[in-house]
Amino acid sequence: MARRTSTPTPSPRAAYVLGGNRIPFARAGGPYAHASNQDMLTATLDGLVARYGLQGERIGEVAAGAVLKHSRDFNLTRESVLGSALSPETPAYDVQMACATGLETVVSLSNKIRLGQLESAIAAGVDTTSDAPIAVSDRLRRALLDLSHARSTSQKLAALARIRPKDLAPSAPRTDEPRTQLSMGEHQALTTAQWGITQEAQDELALASHQRLAAAYDDGFFDDLVTPFRGLTRDANLRADSSLEKLASLRPVFGLGLDTPATMTAGNSTPLSDGASAVLLGSADWASSHGLTPLASVVDAEAAAVDFVHGVDGLLMAPTFAVPRLLARNGLTLADFDLVEIHEAFASTVLTILAAWESEEFGRSRLGLDGAFGSVDRAKLNVHGSSLAAGHPFAATGGRIVASVSKELHRRGPGTRALVSVCAAGGLGLTAILEAA
Amino acid sequence: MSSDDTYLNLVNGGFTGKVAKQFGLPQPAPLRRFAPGQPLLDGPVLVLGDDELADLLATDWALDVHRRPTPDLRYSAVVLGLTDLIHPSALSAPVMELAGVLKKLARGGRVVTVSRAASPEDAPSVAAARQGVDGFVRSIAKELRGGATANGLVLAADVPVTAPSVVGALRFFLSTRSAFVDGQLLAIDSSAGSLPSDWERPLEGRVAVVTGAARGIGESIAETLARDGAVVVAVDVPAAGEQLVAVANRVRGTALQLDVTAPDAGARLLEHTLQRHGRIDIVVHNAGITRDKLLANMTPEKWDAVLAVNIASQLAINEALLTSGDFTDAPRIVSLASTSGIAGNRGQANYAASKGGVIGMVRATAPLLAAFGGTANAVAPGFIETEMTARIPVVMRQVARRLNSLQQGGQPVDVAETVAFLASPAAGGIVGRVLRVCGQNLVGQ
Repeated sequence: MARRTSTPTPSPRAAYVLGGNRIPFARAGGPYAHASNQDMLTATLDGLVARYGLQGERIGEVAAGAVLKHSRDFNLTRESVLGSALSPETPAYDVQMACATGLETVVSLSNKIRLGQLESAIAAGVDTTSDAPIAVSDRLRRALLDLSHARSTSQKLAALARIRPKDLAPSAPRTDEPRTQLSMGEHQALTTAQWGITQEAQDELALASHQRLAAAYDDGFFDDLVTPFRGLTRDANLRADSSLEKLASLRPVFGLGLDTPATMTAGNSTPLSDGASAVLLGSADWASSHGLTPLASVVDAEAAAVDFVHGVDGLLMAPTFAVPRLLARNGLTLADFDLVEIHEAFASTVLTILAAWESEEFGRSRLGLDGAFGSVDRAKLNVHGSSLAAGHPFAATGGRIVASVSKELHRRGPGTRALVSVCAAGGLGLTAILEAA
Repeated sequence: MSSDDTYLNLVNGGFTGKVAKQFGLPQPAPLRRFAPGQPLLDGPVLVLGDDELADLLATDWALDVHRRPTPDLRYSAVVLGLTDLIHPSALSAPVMELAGVLKKLARGGRVVTVSRAASPEDAPSVAAARQGVDGFVRSIAKELRGGATANGLVLAADVPVTAPSVVGALRFFLSTRSAFVDGQLLAIDSSAGSLPSDWERPLEGRVAVVTGAARGIGESIAETLARDGAVVVAVDVPAAGEQLVAVANRVRGTALQLDVTAPDAGARLLEHTLQRHGRIDIVVHNAGITRDKLLANMTPEKWDAVLAVNIASQLAINEALLTSGDFTDAPRIVSLASTSGIAGNRGQANYAASKGGVIGMVRATAPLLAAFGGTANAVAPGFIETEMTARIPVVMRQVARRLNSLQQGGQPVDVAETVAFLASPAAGGIVGRVLRVCGQNLVGQ
């Protein structure tokens, strides 16, 4: 009998972020009002192809997704690839993980590269709240399905007879949590109140986001990250001339029914947005054979979920748990990061996450630590602005953050490290570590 | 043919064409443009003078070369070798032979002279004969009809007629690539340069950067350089990124969103091109803007913006190229000048200053590249049918189109073909010159 030789598990090779592209994010009903998810994703892929000279290239895999999606777009990513300048022999598939979709495509594709399963990949995401699917009511849908299955005339008439005028009203997609019927804003208002975050603190964070994003545009930071689309050259939501006074003058829109003062306004919450982003990933060999410079490696990632349904934790607080687990596994603390990117779903989302990490009580009782998890130096936080200024087309946010932070890591040089955190509907959170290549 | 030049279409139509002829109206002919696979000439070519030129055309290019005119034969081209002229009276014989075949010259025919540059060191009779060719070429260019053109090569004293740039320029002028170049005398300064192994892919293996590549003339330059074999880096301002993507993907190059006036534009252009493509051989400075105002109404902003984009950015980028140590393998700089920079134009003092500046710049830059077999030259377009000229009021636009010997506006591709020729290895002996693409515009030299 032949002796089985055990082969030691090889340590995975590095997967690199080589670059990215996105279109400027538009406000819902704005310049992209008549652009479909496929239009935006195709344009974003074509911009990536042009920037990196990938015409006719067979990429290992393209993964992308959208949160709001028409049922006909079941193969959205593959259809977008077919419409792009990439090789039609490029495999592609759809992913959906709410607002974490974009970051999840980066994590899963880079893992495939690390395993040697892929040499190159494109991780992408797109969303439109302008061109959202509108469905018929469940009663009408069932009646129509029964009608299509009916054989006799009487069966057909019986199916039609069930339809009532009110069944004809279309049902627009809702972003409310299905289990609580609360909107994301109302959920976050509960968390904001629980942690006692003031409007002033939220407005300060929002102002910094606008100022930093505007400065990055002015510096040409986005020259090789953003490609204009349909006449829009910068993110439509960006208000370079915003001020604390202007932000303070806005009326609160969430948490109006709570006992505590309402603090969340349109200025410190992200607007509904349209847009798309893509990240080019590859192995070191693939990068060098294509004349591309690795910007950052995707080191590790951790997802978490919270029981917001029973009110144990706030809806968007999952990153609070994901990051301590991720850092423990990698032997790191918050102080080991040069850049920290926390998706600004709402200004208070960032602030409640930071507050939880700084809380001794939370650290001991919820994270099982000896005390507080740690604090984040604000100078390292969202250094080129984030979703409050750029807007947040749900699935496109992860790609925006990863491409920008990778470029910034490369600028800062070897040894620098970034933490990325994205919260998502359903009490989800996805976090990742990137290191300068 | 320009699809929106209604007049040109009318005079080439049946009934309206006859009417136009009877009234002696201008009769612009549709110009034939180059397409890969097209023969250099469709019919026989008459070569007068120099035996070496006749050998080149007959042997290397397999053309149907005639050494004596055959009466009533329709020639596609006439080449006049005039390098041995020593007295104006010697022009008579070849010129009268040419005269005998002109009426039968094919539509889109070509007359090309090859002569020597006149200099103050020449004997007066030699200088007179040589300079006489200048006036002669410009005149017959104005006489030719049916889309035919006349151009001349003017060789420096020590340049043989077999020099690469003489051969390359002769081929350019004979071909449809020079459709809108008319009445021009192109100086050949040296024997530098090399002939391509494939005349259809003269830029094979070369890496070219084109600024202002998102649309118009720049877009056409990117396409033409790619067609000729170059790998193209298409550059334009970030705001033009969407169109730039389309161009870059069509030519299978890379898109670089870059404001050429940025202080680090040269460094970023070099970094992108070297990193992605491993080398940089050709830079086409095409990016340009207009901010037209009579000088009396000029604002500092309008003046400064035009000078910054159209000339200061080119100077800064060239400085970066020259000091990089990477722009050393027979490099080529081709800059877009303008007939406005030569003849001046009312309301364009800023633009004309910038474009005149381009001409001075290439003249002074070319010698700096000579040690590497490099050159810098300029192309001066006249009236070209672009988005920019489409904004000129209708009547003024119709008049502007007719003010040249071909009586029509040129196409972006006409400028692009000339840029591609000056960027080619064969053009290495053309040093700091300006080639006009203007259909022999009536203004300026």
